[in-house]
Order: sequence, then C-alpha cells, then structure tokens
Amino acid sequence: MAIIERPGTGTTPVVATPQQTLGAVKRPVETKGWREWLFTVDHKKIGIMYGVVAMVFFIIGGVEALLIRLQLAMPDGQILSADKYNQMFTMHATTMVFLFAMPMAGAFANYFLPLQIGARDVAFPRINALSLWLLIIGGLVLNASWFLGGAADGGWFMYAPNSGPIFSPSHGVDFWVIGLQIAGVASLLGSINLIVTVVNMRAPGMSLMKMPVFTWMILVVQFLLVFSLPVITVALVLLMLQRSYGATFFDVSQGADPLLWQHLFWIFGHPEVYVLILPAFGIISEVLPTFARKPLFGYPFVVFSGASIGLVGFGVWAHHMFASGLGPVSVAVFSVATMAIAIPTGVKIFNWLLTMWGGKIWYTTAMNFAIGLVVLFTIGGLSGVTHSVAPSDTQQTDTYYIVAHFHYVLFGGMVFGLFSGFYYWWPKVFGKMLNEKLGAWNFWFMVIGMNLTFGPMHILGLQGQPRRMYVWTEARAGEGFFNLGFWNLIASIGSFILAVGVLFFLINVVITARSKKQAPLDPWDARTLEWLTTSPPKAHNFDRIPVVHHLDEFFHRKYEEDTATHTMKKVAEGEDLVRVEEEAADAHIHLPSPSYWPIVLSVGVGLLGLGTIYGIPMIVLGFAITLFASYGWILEPSVAEEIDFEPSNNDGNTKEIAPLG
Amino acid sequence: MAETATHTADHASEHGHETSTGLSNNKLAMWLFLGSECLLFGGLISTYMLYRGRVSDGPHPMAIFDIPFTSVSSFVLLMSSLTMVLAVTAAQRGDDSRTNLWLTITAVLGATFVGGQVYEFTAFIREGLGFSTSLFGSSFYTLTGFHGIHVSVGVLMLLSTVGIIRKNKITGNKAEVVEIVGLYWHFVDVVWIIIFTLVYLIPS
Repeated sequence: MAIIERPGTGTTPVVATPQQTLGAVKRPVETKGWREWLFTVDHKKIGIMYGVVAMVFFIIGGVEALLIRLQLAMPDGQILSADKYNQMFTMHATTMVFLFAMPMAGAFANYFLPLQIGARDVAFPRINALSLWLLIIGGLVLNASWFLGGAADGGWFMYAPNSGPIFSPSHGVDFWVIGLQIAGVASLLGSINLIVTVVNMRAPGMSLMKMPVFTWMILVVQFLLVFSLPVITVALVLLMLQRSYGATFFDVSQGADPLLWQHLFWIFGHPEVYVLILPAFGIISEVLPTFARKPLFGYPFVVFSGASIGLVGFGVWAHHMFASGLGPVSVAVFSVATMAIAIPTGVKIFNWLLTMWGGKIWYTTAMNFAIGLVVLFTIGGLSGVTHSVAPSDTQQTDTYYIVAHFHYVLFGGMVFGLFSGFYYWWPKVFGKMLNEKLGAWNFWFMVIGMNLTFGPMHILGLQGQPRRMYVWTEARAGEGFFNLGFWNLIASIGSFILAVGVLFFLINVVITARSKKQAPLDPWDARTLEWLTTSPPKAHNFDRIPVVHHLDEFFHRKYEEDTATHTMKKVAEGEDLVRVEEEAADAHIHLPSPSYWPIVLSVGVGLLGLGTIYGIPMIVLGFAITLFASYGWILEPSVAEEIDFEPSNNDGNTKEIAPLG
Repeated sequence: MAETATHTADHASEHGHETSTGLSNNKLAMWLFLGSECLLFGGLISTYMLYRGRVSDGPHPMAIFDIPFTSVSSFVLLMSSLTMVLAVTAAQRGDDSRTNLWLTITAVLGATFVGGQVYEFTAFIREGLGFSTSLFGSSFYTLTGFHGIHVSVGVLMLLSTVGIIRKNKITGNKAEVVEIVGLYWHFVDVVWIIIFTLVYLIPS
C-alpha cells in the first residue's frame, strides 16, 4: 500500500511510504498487521474482507435455517416458540439476502472486476472501503437485535401494517429498518463506484463488447441497485418515521393504504432478485467456457439477455402481489411481463448448454457447480413461470411451493454459482488450489441435500402447507404419498445433509490454507485478464496495463489459430506471458493511500442510525462524528502527493525492500 | 498511454489524464447519484400524491397553504441556480474571488429558502397540522422536509467549498469541483419545481 515504485539500482525499486498529509490527522502508513486491513483501500483486500464477512453471515443464516427445519421435522415442534420462530425465519431471509448474497457477490465484484478490465483499483478506493465498513455496521445492527429485546419478526418483506408499532411492539423492526438502511447506503455507494470503474477505467482496447461476461453482469446489477435501492430507502424511512416519530403512513385507522408498502418494497424487491442471481450467471459464464474449452456460445446474446433481464426486472414487481386484489388489468399486465422475462433467461440457459455442447468438458468442482446451477436454476425458473399465471399463483401464494421455488433459484442458482466461483478463483486469490476430492464431497452433499430439502416443498406447498406456520399437527397431515409429516421430515434431513456439504467446504478451506503447495499460475487454462498477473496478484495488479485486442484476451495471447487445420494451437504458457509483463513493467506506479476515514465515518453513520431508537443525544454524537470524518476525508487527497514519497525528504524511515510479488 | 495507465483514475482526473469515456470519474459518479435521487424523490412524491387528500380531522392542504409566500421563497431558490451558474463560470475562468463570492451568495439564497420553510412549518403547526395529525400531514412534512435537508446539505457543501478554496486545500480540479457541487444544487432546484407544482399549485 501507499507505495511508489521507482527504478532504483538494478531491478530493485525504492519503495517509499508517505510521511505527511493534509488534513487533521496523519495518514495511516502501516503495511503490516491488523491496521493494514482496517485502513486499507486496496480492492483485493476489501474483496477478501467482503467474502469473510459474507461467509460468517452465511453460517449464521444457515444455523437459523437448521433451527427452522428442526422445529418442523416433527409434529408439534418444541424447539422454538411461535415468537422465536417468527424472528428466526425473518432473520434467516434477511441475513441470507442482505448479509450473505449481496456481500458475497460484492466480494467477487470487488476483487475481480478491476482485474478483468485491466485496472489497478476501483474508481473510488476510499468509498469502496466505506461500503465495506457500512455493510459490517449494518449487519451488526441487524443482529444486535437478538440481544436487545428480540429480532424483527415480520418476514423479510415486513408488510405494513403488521410491522407497525401496534403489531410489532419490540425494537426488532427498528433494528431491522436501521440495519437495512445502512447496508443499503453501502450498496448504493458500491454500485456507483463499480459503474464508474467499468465505464471509465477499462484497459486500452477493451470496448464494452470485449468485456468478460462476469464484468457485464456485475455492471447490470449495479444499475439495478442504483435505481432500486432509493425506493426501499423511502419505504424504510416511512416505516422508521412511523415507528419512532409518530407518522401515520401505515395507520389504517387514519385511512392509510397497506398496498403502499407492498408496492415500494417490491419495486425494490423484484430487481433485487436479479441483483442476487445475475452475478452467479456471470460467474458460470466464465467457468463454463473455461472447462468446456470452447468460447462462450453467443457472447452478445448472453450480454444483451442479461441487460434485458435487468430492464424487464423493473416491470414485474406486482406479481408478488397478485393475491392483494390489484384489479384485472394490473394483474394481466404483470402476468404477461413476468412470462416475458423468462425469455432472456431461457436464452442464457441455451447459450450455456451450447457452450458445453461438443466441448471437451473437464469435470472439476467449479464446473460441477456451474452445471448444477444450469440444472437447478432451470427447475426453479420453471416453477417461477407457474407463478406468472395469476390464477395458479393465487393458489400458491404463501405456501411452501413459493419457498421451494425461490430456494431452487437462490440456492440452486445463486449459491451454486458462488461456490463455482470459489473453486475457480481460489488459486487466483490465495495462490493455492482448493482440494478437488473434498470439493467433490462438497458438491454432491450440497446437490443431494438441496434437492431433498427443497424438492419436497413443492409437494408440501401444493398440498396447502402455508409458509411461516410454526407447527403442524399429525391429525391434519393427510395420508399416503401426500402425508405432510413424511415430506417435512425428508426436508429436515435434507437440510442437515446440505449443512454437511457446506462443512466440507469449510474443512477444505482450512486444509488448503495449511497446505504448502502453491497453485500453478494458470491452473485452468483460463481466458480472461485476471490471470495475466501473479497469483495472488501484486498490490498494483498489473506490471503494465495490458492492451486488449480480443474478447478473452488472455486466451488469445496463449493460443493462435493454425491456418491449415483451423484449430487453436497453444503458443505460450501463462507463465511466459506474465514474465513478459514483468520485464516491461511500468516504472512509476501510484496506488491510493490507506485512510482512517472510511471506518470512522461508518461508525458515525451507525450511531446516527441507532439514535432513531435510543434518542437525540446519540443522533447528535453520530452526526458530529459523521461530519468530522467527512471533513477529514475531503481534506485528505486520495493519493499522497509526490513530495510525500520523496525519499530525500524523510528521515531515514524509507526501507529498501524487494519488489512486490 | 503509460502515464494514464499508471494512475488510478480519481487521481488521474486531477492531472488531466483521460478515462475510457473522457468524462471525469467524479462527475460521472455525481450523475449516477442524482439518477438514484430521482427515484428517492419519486417514491416520496408518489406517497404524497396518494395521501394528500386524506386529512382526517386536520386542516385541508388548500386551507393552510400560503401560496404567495411559498412562491417568493421558490423564486429565491430558483435565483440561486443562476448565481450557481455564475460561480461555475467564474471557477472555469480561474477567478477565485468571484467564485467564492457567487458561491456565498448561492448559499445565502439557499439558507433563505430553508429559513422560509422553517417559518412555514411553524405556521402550519400553529394552524393545527402536526406531523401525526393526518396522512396528509405526515407525507407533506416528510416530502418537503427531505427536500429541505437536501438544500441544507447543499448549503453546507457550498460553504465548505468556499472555505477549502480560500485555504487552497482543494484536491483535484477546482473548476470541476465547483461544477459538481453545482450539479447537485441544480438538481435540488429542479426537484423543488416539481414539488412546488404538485404540492402547492395543483388543487387536491
């Protein structure tokens, strides 16, 4: 961090740390220990921290899910009270959506997006750090409610007026509102940052249609976030004003319209669904061509279908509200729009199938998860189309059929995509390969567990078991094949098999971390620019910024077409290419300097939010810290001045160290 | 190319390096933020439009609005956009003292508007329209209050810009910083035109 590399004597650059700064507080210069992580603005370190945080919340959300399944495994479950059960499913969903899925996609986006477009960092490195710390604060606020009078209990979409002060008297909903508001600000800042990065910081020659599909999908997602997050912000503000300051927005006795919340929530909530799934689509669009050893079939179709999913995704929100009596015209319009969005999604499925068709498929764990996504997402997608038919949806609303559907698309789709990404990119990030044998156990336990858990829920739902019911009784469970007790038990057993699958992954991570074996530079014969550097990448990513001529630039630098046979022949190894880059390294590289302000600012915002629960003094304190940190931020240049680095200007603190990487 | 490539881009703009699109990162980010803000105000305005006729036992909008007064304060706010434009052109000429002058005048006009809003709120409360009185009350104060907070943040930004220019501690391209603050300011003005029309001028 905070380094300039200069050609010193021979090939050893002098690395100087800045000694002075503008602003109130001296700039952090640590390059070791915990401070290096706390104050970092490096997109790669931030990406790893996103991943760790998301994984922790994945485990928390998973334990919540297991408690739910334990409660429902047997008739008249005794594990949870009705109240605790409500809190459990609310927090399970909220945690998985906002604290696992979005941050984990953020981890991949942060780490790989700059690498894939040949940039040295994101456009606003300090804002990037701020997003991370705000997310962490938001997650802590949300989960603090468990210890401060009970968590939110209104379901993840928190319908009004049920979420109002009369029906939800505990502070749970207040913590939920504030936690999500803060996490929302984090996402908004992150999305603006990533859009600017993609739009403005691509390597020379990388036109939009030469960008990797992962980068494309992340770009689409960020546009969805920029335009959908403000809508839930409004909803949350209205609810907060009602609960803490006596506003009447959802007070039906005053003539309020309960549908207001539903509209605001789902105008955000449906684009959110695509926010969750598109990053996974992006990941497998990288993984499938690599392991099928063929270029992605119909690249422009994959890109444009992704973009049109994003666009149409803004026009289908009311299909979550078919049962609320919207009137026949609205229902018809949203019904047709929902059917229409299946088309671009289907286009993608066929593109992936045709990418694999005729390829020399290499069944690694990453590939298995990617194929798993294609199959399981298709099942979830098809049950999704049944919801678009409004009369049928009216039967399915609020039953386990819905639960089955969205777990197939979110677990079978999104989670499988993310796991595919773990196995594919692990050697890039950590320089070591995850164990493939444990990977196979990981994969098969997850596939079997997931189908046993969520498959039976289709039957449960069509038989009429409502979601969010905290007990069921033997007397009303039915007979024979459709006995609810049997299928509930199977689902609960499945959930533990699933958990064992995830455990295999965690064991794999520990074993890999302990092993000494280094991964080869290009273990998968990959195709995109992130592989054109060392593993793990150097702090400055690329020794020189690559000039891009092709889609799949890295592949085209390794392979040339044999004109006689029209086949691609390997002419260079990844190692050779990286060596070429190292020899032609730029002499003069500025990296953004670490900063105290992102973490200070996020603490200020956290206190400001909690002040709506704990009163004016905390708001004042939070506001003061926020303001102080903002001025510190403004007065600190994002990159230390040239003079700060001059070795002649400092008093012997400069060390000569070996070149990075 | 080598020079461009070796800098991260928010540093790049300050040295006049090029980005892929030629737009500066900071300006692009502000445009995206304003795009997002459109949806924020969209949600608040929709809520108001849904609830503006629902007055319970409280006063009706048309009974308490003082349209001539609000017209004057709206005019003051709109004029601040003109002074903002003058500040931006002064900044582009490199004329620091004129830039600071026009920025200060813009801030004063903005503060006048906020002062008018505070007066208006106290008058409405005296006439019986509390925050909790009715759906109309809640949504009116929320919408116009949100806008007022935006104007106040803008005033703070303008005065900070003046302070930082005077202390010569601005990081990055000075004219561009003023222009970006200006983008935000004009946006807040445009939103007020919409709010003024929908809330005050169109009878419910």
